[in-house]
Amino acid sequence: MSRMSQNSPPADGSRTTDDSTVAAEQEQLLPQLVAHLREHRSKLREEWVGRIRDAHLLEAMTQQEMAAETTSVYDNYVEVLETGSVEALQHYARDLSERIIPRGVETHEVVGIVLLLRDVLARSLFEKYQRDFSLLNRILDAYEPAANRIANTVAVSFVDERERVIRQQQDSIRELSTPVLPVRERLLILPIIGVLDSERARQLTEQLLAGIRTHRAKVVVIDITGAPDVDTTVANHLVQTVDASRLMGASVIITGLSPTIAQTLVDLGVDLSKIHTMGDLQGGLEEAERLLGYHVTRKDGATTT
Amino acid sequence: MSSGPALVSILRQGSFLIASVHTALDDSEMLRFRGDLIDQIGRYRARGVIIDVAALDVLDSFGFNTLRSIAEMARLRGAETVIVGIQPDLALAMVQLGMGTGSVSTALDLEEGLDFLHARLSAPPDRLGRRG
Repeated sequence: MSRMSQNSPPADGSRTTDDSTVAAEQEQLLPQLVAHLREHRSKLREEWVGRIRDAHLLEAMTQQEMAAETTSVYDNYVEVLETGSVEALQHYARDLSERIIPRGVETHEVVGIVLLLRDVLARSLFEKYQRDFSLLNRILDAYEPAANRIANTVAVSFVDERERVIRQQQDSIRELSTPVLPVRERLLILPIIGVLDSERARQLTEQLLAGIRTHRAKVVVIDITGAPDVDTTVANHLVQTVDASRLMGASVIITGLSPTIAQTLVDLGVDLSKIHTMGDLQGGLEEAERLLGYHVTRKDGATTT
Repeated sequence: MSSGPALVSILRQGSFLIASVHTALDDSEMLRFRGDLIDQIGRYRARGVIIDVAALDVLDSFGFNTLRSIAEMARLRGAETVIVGIQPDLALAMVQLGMGTGSVSTALDLEEGLDFLHARLSAPPDRLGRRG
């Protein structure tokens, strides 16, 4: 609105008309405005694309995609100005987000292009109505709230869509994150890949205890080679997991503690004295086989255990 | 367990006593169970005790401490104790309450518990059976 106050003549009589007249007037102004934007569609669109390119936005898109998307965004934009209904735009924005999010388009780019379009159109309105300030003011009164609503809707839809994608990915990570695998009779391995947060650690414990019950396991090897880091909460959770497994009669061997994790655990002062650890998964499996009384021999007689 | 349905059954199996807890016990029932069990260890000259808690889905700290004291008392009277059948949820709840395993032996189920005791007392079952 600041732009308007700069441009308004100081004694503008038309601004003081009562609200109902203004509303009625705006209803007539909007179609006029929409007609103007439709008429200069290709010129304005090209200007917009030029501004997008200058601002280095949406560089992940090819020329053709850019042309197609900007055309439909433009049409949607004008349509929303005309009808005042943002629902269609919401759908479109969600579709668009679904297409561009996997290509790494960021929130600031999406908001940026919508604001650029708003700016381009406002400038063209200035140009057209610059001779009549009071009309320009009324046109902008009609245009700005609608344009703000559009920018808002697009940004919110984009962020919603992104959050939906993130939630979906979290769910799928959670589903495949903690397999409990029987390797030999009464021996389970539990490879942990990826970041362990406390939610995952809790789930891991549950699945492990259930697995011990189902497979009647005596020894469990938890391999954390694939876990980049642990914190105090997770380390304590691991200790609890080991204790709980012991209550169910299974001994736990933890393998693959990376130098970083080993240092973290020592620095944090987590009490790991009761935990049986081995350097790598191979060592862990050999130890587990020894505990279970397996003796692995090669056909040529060389022993591996 | 004199009145009502048995809350705990204590069975003799060779030189072992197998105590199955059928339902959650309150404090006085727990203490009576402890008394009965320790008493029978002496009477039957048991070498091993198995406490089966598979039917329990909750166990408070008093209950767990009592089980631990049973293990201690049984050891003083010459019997090895193993607790079997701790359910996953119960195991998790116990460690979260800080009731670690400590000195008490645990095993997955009754069968495992028997194997454990046989191994611990390092004698074939039939010989122990005769002796009991």
